[in-house]
Amino acid sequence: MATSSPRGAFMQGVRDALPFTLVVSPFALLFGVVATEAGLNVLEALSFSVVVIAGASQFAALQLLTENAPTAIVLASALAVNLRMAMYSASLTPHLGQAPLWQRALVAYFLVDQTYALGAVKYERDRMSLSDKLAYFWGTVAPICPLWYIMTVVGALVGTAIPAGVPLDFAVPITFLALIAPMLRTLAHVVAAGVSVALALGLAFLPYNLGLILAALAAMTAGAQTEVWVERRKARAQ
Amino acid sequence: MTGDAAIETGELWLVILGLGLGSFGLRFVFLGLVGDRALPAWLLRHLRYTAVAVLPGLVAPMVLWPSATGGTPEPARLAAAGVTLGLGVATKNVLLSIGAGAATLGLGLWLV
Repeated sequence: MATSSPRGAFMQGVRDALPFTLVVSPFALLFGVVATEAGLNVLEALSFSVVVIAGASQFAALQLLTENAPTAIVLASALAVNLRMAMYSASLTPHLGQAPLWQRALVAYFLVDQTYALGAVKYERDRMSLSDKLAYFWGTVAPICPLWYIMTVVGALVGTAIPAGVPLDFAVPITFLALIAPMLRTLAHVVAAGVSVALALGLAFLPYNLGLILAALAAMTAGAQTEVWVERRKARAQ
Repeated sequence: MTGDAAIETGELWLVILGLGLGSFGLRFVFLGLVGDRALPAWLLRHLRYTAVAVLPGLVAPMVLWPSATGGTPEPARLAAAGVTLGLGVATKNVLLSIGAGAATLGLGLWLV
């Protein structure tokens, strides 16, 4: 659909982002609940969501904190989960790189899975001016990111009211498994996930959760190597 | 989530601020600093697999050795994990998978 004004582009962004609120709200709610379970108060849970604004890494950091992993390991593991955002940043740079620095800094802060995916698809498909592209991006941010903060607070408030018998310990693994499953779309992704699981279990005896870091490094390499191998095979078959 | 000891307030804030700064840095690095220079293919190839390299390794011990049972494998939790993953692969629907996994866990714990 052609958009001709920043206002139109903004509204288009809002409309395109609305379905994603159904995914973001329960996820933020769950983070608030799990944070309360881990002993965080409402302000701490909200700060987590405002300062970091990246769900999977927030869950990962919280889990490792409750396992008493050293701070450096917590940070390294949770940041590794967010490395994909450097890829998002690189991918949007040809489209938004001409914007003023303060605007690019704001875009960077609000660059989450959903706003990135919407922007990347839209910019590839339609020819838009820079101001329209920015307006579209802010349109996608408007329904998604405030909801991330609000539902974290709701979750943190509700969390204290949940009875002790509910097996909340397993909310995190189930959430992660549901996030991982759609990522397993190529052989390389499956290989990376398999190496990650095998080494994380095999190296679980190492202190400071170092096993996870080593497993992740090996899995990343395994995924990249598998991709190269698959591409070579394809090239040879042609 | 059942931790053995409470999270230390100082460490918590260190993680919140460090993770926030680091995540912003990752989001800003190309958009803000590099400009539109092309990235080497090998770097992009590794970045593509970071999430799928970290998360499964993080979750596997939580599934096999749940802290709630003191680290003993437990059928209801294993079944819930299997249902979540299987449905996730089949449907790619995150919320549906979470719901089905939670229902399986509830049912499993009630049956046992």
